[in-house]
Amino acid sequence: MITLLATWTFGVTLALVALGVFVSYRLFSFPDITTDGSFTLGAVTTTVLLVTGHDPAIATLGGAAAGAAAGACTGLLHAILRIEPLLAGILVTTALSSVNLVVLGRSNVPLAGTATLLDHVEALLLPATTAAGFGDAAGEAARLIVMLSGVGIAVILLWAFFRTNLGTAMRAGGDTATMARALGRNTGLLTVGGLAIANALTALSGALVAQVQGFADVQMGIGMVVWGMASVFLGAALVGPVRLGGALVATVAGSITFRLIVASALRAGLHPDWLKAATALVVLAALIAPRLLSRRPQASAAR
Amino acid sequence: MLDVRHATVAFSAPGGPLVRAVDDISFTIPAGTFVVVIGTNGSGKSTLLGAIAGTVRLDTGSIHVAGHDLTARRENQRARYIGRVFQDPRAGTAASLSVLENLAVAAARGRPVGLGWATPRQLRAEAAQRLAAIQPGLEQRLDQPIGSMSGGQRQIVALVMATWHRPELLLLDEHTAALDPASADRVVQATAKLVRDQKLTALMVTHSLEQAAGLGDRLLLVHRGRISLDVEGGAKRRLSTADLAGRFDRLRRADQLDDPAARTLRDLYV
Repeated sequence: MITLLATWTFGVTLALVALGVFVSYRLFSFPDITTDGSFTLGAVTTTVLLVTGHDPAIATLGGAAAGAAAGACTGLLHAILRIEPLLAGILVTTALSSVNLVVLGRSNVPLAGTATLLDHVEALLLPATTAAGFGDAAGEAARLIVMLSGVGIAVILLWAFFRTNLGTAMRAGGDTATMARALGRNTGLLTVGGLAIANALTALSGALVAQVQGFADVQMGIGMVVWGMASVFLGAALVGPVRLGGALVATVAGSITFRLIVASALRAGLHPDWLKAATALVVLAALIAPRLLSRRPQASAAR
Repeated sequence: MLDVRHATVAFSAPGGPLVRAVDDISFTIPAGTFVVVIGTNGSGKSTLLGAIAGTVRLDTGSIHVAGHDLTARRENQRARYIGRVFQDPRAGTAASLSVLENLAVAAARGRPVGLGWATPRQLRAEAAQRLAAIQPGLEQRLDQPIGSMSGGQRQIVALVMATWHRPELLLLDEHTAALDPASADRVVQATAKLVRDQKLTALMVTHSLEQAAGLGDRLLLVHRGRISLDVEGGAKRRLSTADLAGRFDRLRRADQLDDPAARTLRDLYV
């Protein structure tokens, strides 16, 4: 029970990465490799803030803010210096691997004995989950509830933001830059803002994962961008063309589905060494499945 | 009002000669005038339009719209004064956004955007009313992604977008060229109606001699980076499609005469 719930908690936490990739890749068509670096950056920033005795809420927000700054760097490289999206992300992620190592001080720092955000909410919700009959797993259930509501709030906030004037302008700029510029929008700045939001979400995920697993590691972000894309594509394959709100929910569903696929594969005896290869295969399958399933040409409205 | 003074844009291909796509062009469009621009391929009419819109930098000269010097302003900074419709419907509208959301972005043209709700009820009501006024039935489709509409419908919405706030200058870049004849006709009628109703200052580049003869108060024919014909008033009204076709023929024949002669001279002396 505890392991199962922990798997879910982990998957739900990673849904924030998927939401980040949704923003950068789906809304801005920007394949943002920064995701790998900013995930780790969020984790190490939060961990260092925690072990130096800062309030867990502030430490978590600090991690997200660091991610936003990293995303803005990639955006500025692209918008001002006209660096290709992929290259801009690679450059920032490469630089971040040094930054992460310096911030953390060594390659791995445990959070044992440090009060995390999760300990706080666990203490808060323990009476309720114990009463609900989760028994031994009450603490883990409390964590899952918090993560689920956190992701739910993120979805609602993103949906609301992208329906405001600024958010709609961002979507317009990401969709058709000529149109947005002709209507007076600075598409470069909008991209910087969009990537800051995307990487803040990713870093927030890293910050929470570090607290869930109880340590931060400078390698923990590797492959996160593929994880996020897998979730986005799986989500899109699950629901087909939908509007903004539906696409956000589908992305979270895609993330959880993907987590379940990974967990089942491991349980079925997949050697963990093959995990990333399997991930790549799932992404490929999610990409071609909609084309195989429907004979309609790919609808451009599938965002 | 649009005032173009001594506008020059020169390009050079690597190793090639310097070509003046726009060669010292000056003209003024008084407020409320609808000007049609035609030209042969490579005449420089698109470059001229780009220079006014801000996508092409002038090498020399200046662009003023309604008294504001826009010469050094970037494309997005000119949007406060200029409304544009593109040749490709996909360039002027955001496919994944709904019709209403596209109009919401247009309703913020040239203004700072904040965290206000993009599609409040009064915007929806006004959007429905404006679309219905120009093509009844379109107001039923406010919530559809604009990418699901036909090119002609998208151009009609793009026209409404460009004129949502009355622009000081409306730029139309061959905005019917990508459409089938029936759709093109509807878009032309919508354009004429909007220009008339809002008393717009408009500059329309077109390939269609029929449109050039039938629309607008004034006609500019651009050839080799210069204005080779400028007619307005009664002369413009009397201009027929056949007259324009004749003019084009003469220009083409003159070109054919010029090119071999130039080549011979170059071979001899360069």
